[in-house]
Amino acid sequence: MAVKPRILIVDDEKVVRESLYEWFTEDGYQVDTADSGRQALERLQESTCDILLVDIKMPGMDGLELQRKVQQIAPEAVIIIMTAYASVDTAVQALKAGAYDYITKPFDPDDLERIVNKAAERQQLVRENVLLKEQLVAVSEGDGELIGTSSGIEKVREMIQHVGDTDTTVLITGESGTGKELVARAIHRASTRRHMPLVTVNCAGLPEGLIESELFGHEKGAFTGAQYRRKGKFELADGGSIFFDEIGDISPKTQVDLLRVLEEKMITRVGGTQILPVDFRVIAATHRNLKQAVEQNLFRLDLFYRLNVFTISIPPLRERRSDIPLLARHFLTKSAREMGRPTSRISPAAMQLLSDYAWPGNVRELENAIERAVVLQREEEIQLEDLPMTPSAAPLLAPAGELSLEEMERHHIQQVLDQMSGNVSKAARTLGIDRVTLYNKIRKYDLKRNQNQQD
Amino acid sequence: MRICLMGVGDISSSTVAALGYAVAEILPCEPRVDRRRLNPQFALDPHRQQYWSTPILEHLEEMRPPDCDRILGVAEVDLCIPILTFVFGEALLERPPALISLHRLRPAFYGLPDDPEQTLDRATRESVHELGHTWGLVHCQEYACVMHVSRVADEIDLKGPGFCITCTATLAENGYAIR
Repeated sequence: MAVKPRILIVDDEKVVRESLYEWFTEDGYQVDTADSGRQALERLQESTCDILLVDIKMPGMDGLELQRKVQQIAPEAVIIIMTAYASVDTAVQALKAGAYDYITKPFDPDDLERIVNKAAERQQLVRENVLLKEQLVAVSEGDGELIGTSSGIEKVREMIQHVGDTDTTVLITGESGTGKELVARAIHRASTRRHMPLVTVNCAGLPEGLIESELFGHEKGAFTGAQYRRKGKFELADGGSIFFDEIGDISPKTQVDLLRVLEEKMITRVGGTQILPVDFRVIAATHRNLKQAVEQNLFRLDLFYRLNVFTISIPPLRERRSDIPLLARHFLTKSAREMGRPTSRISPAAMQLLSDYAWPGNVRELENAIERAVVLQREEEIQLEDLPMTPSAAPLLAPAGELSLEEMERHHIQQVLDQMSGNVSKAARTLGIDRVTLYNKIRKYDLKRNQNQQD
Repeated sequence: MRICLMGVGDISSSTVAALGYAVAEILPCEPRVDRRRLNPQFALDPHRQQYWSTPILEHLEEMRPPDCDRILGVAEVDLCIPILTFVFGEALLERPPALISLHRLRPAFYGLPDDPEQTLDRATRESVHELGHTWGLVHCQEYACVMHVSRVADEIDLKGPGFCITCTATLAENGYAIR
C-alpha cells in the first residue's frame, strides 16, 4: 500500500485546523497544522509536506502569497486553496498562481476526499516520475559514470560529491579526452537541478557570427533568416545547469558578454528589448591553462575569477594507469553490447600493451581503441593485433614504480628497439650511441631485438 | 466492556436501546442506555441549522458514567463540523466519546420511502465505526470493513458491520480484544 502523503493545513481559524486535523488523521494521513503563512513556512523548513490545504484569506501573509513562497521552497508540494466564498475571481487567481485546485468552505466530505485523493495520486505520479527519471538517467548514462579506483579518480568523485548539491561555479581542468563533460554531468546529476536540463555550450565550435544568437537567442526578424523567435542556451538552461566546454577557446568579445550574464543572470534576446531573468548553475571546462592565458592577455582576469571558484582537475590516463584494465573491460562490455556481440575478454598481452601505452588521447582514445578491437576481433579474446597501436609504434610508458637508472636504461633501449623494429643501427643512432655499445647493452640486459622474439 | 448510550436531543429511548442491542451483536460489550438526555442546543449553528458535533462530543465525555468505558451519543439532529457540510458521526481518536446522527441515515432524507430496518443497520455500522476510532482505529482501505470510510449513505450499506482481520489485529494490539 502506498504511503499516505503528509498534509499541512494552514488556516488562521483554530476550529478549521482542528477539525481537518481530526478528519485527516482518522483517514490515516500524517497531518500538521499552521495558523499563519509564516508558521507554515517554518513547518516546511522542519519537514517535508506533500499536500498543503491553504486558506486564501489570512491576516498577514495571505494564501496566495504563501503559495508563491511555497512554490519556491517546495515546488513539488501540491497546494489546494480553501476559500470561504465560491468566487470565480479568487479561484482563477489561485489556479493561475499555480494552485492545484480549490475548494469552497464548508466542504462536502465527498468533495474533500475526492480532491485530496486526486492530489495524492498526483503526488504519487510525481514521485514515480522522479524515480523513473533517475532510473532512466542511470540506465542511459550508466556508461557515463566515472570508472576507476585510482586515488586520482576517487578524489574527483569526492570533489563532485562536495560541490554537487551547491550552486557553486565549477571549473573542470584536464587534458582532452579525460572526461571533463562526464564530470560536468556528474556534478549536474548530484545537484538539486538534476531534473532540469544540463545545456552544453561547445565554446570551441561556436561560429563567431552566430555566437550571440546561440547564447542569448533571438527575436523574430532580428537578422536576415531569423524567421522565428529562438531561445538561446542560457534560456534553455533556466532552472538547470549550463556547461561551457573548452571555455578557454572563446573570443574576447564573447568573454565580455559571458561575464555580464554570469554577474547579472539576465539576458536580452538578440533583436529584443525584454530583459529576461535566468537561473542557472555554471560548470566550465578547459584543457588550457587559464591562468597562463590570463597572463598572456588571452583570457579576462575578471572572467577567470568568476569561473575559478571550485576547480576539479582530472588526471590524465597515464597518471592513473591502475584504472586502465577496469576502463578497458568496461568499454569492451559496452562496445560488445552496442554491436550485439557476446562479451569477450582481453588477452594478457593486449592488456599489458593497453596498460603500458601513454594514451595521449586519454580515456577517449582508449574507448576508441577498444571499440575498434571489438570490430576487428576474430578470436575469443582481444589480441594484440586487434589494437590500433602496435607495440613497436606505441609510445610506451616507463614501467610503474620507482626504477633504478639501470632499469630505466633497459626499458628505454627496449622501447627504442621496438620502435625501430629491432634495427640496431637505427636504434643506436636514435640513442646516440654506437652499435657496439648497443650490442653490449642488448646482451647485458638480455633485450629482444624485435617484438616477434617475444613470442 | 461497557458502553453507555445516551440520546442527544429529541430521540426515542426505544431507538437508542435498539441501537445498543444491535451494536452488542457486533461488539462484545454490555450496552447501557442512559436515561439522561443531552440537549444539543449549545452546539446549534443558527446560520446552517446544523449542530456542531465536536462540542457535543466534549459534553458527552464529561457525562460518561465512570463504570462505562465508552459513551455513544445518538442524535436525530443534523450534525456538522465547521469545515464540512455534514458528518454522519464523529469520535475522538482513542478517547471515550463517540456520536452518530440518524438524520442522514434515513432513506427519507433522500426522498425515499422510510425503512427503519435499513436505518438501524446504517446506524449500527456508523456506531461501530465511530467506536472503532475511540479504540484508535483509522479508516481502512478494505471496502468490506466497518472502518472503511463512507462519504454518502449508500456507501454505508456496502460495507460489513464488523472489523476486517487487520483492524481486529490492530484492536488487539491496542489492548481491545474484539473476538
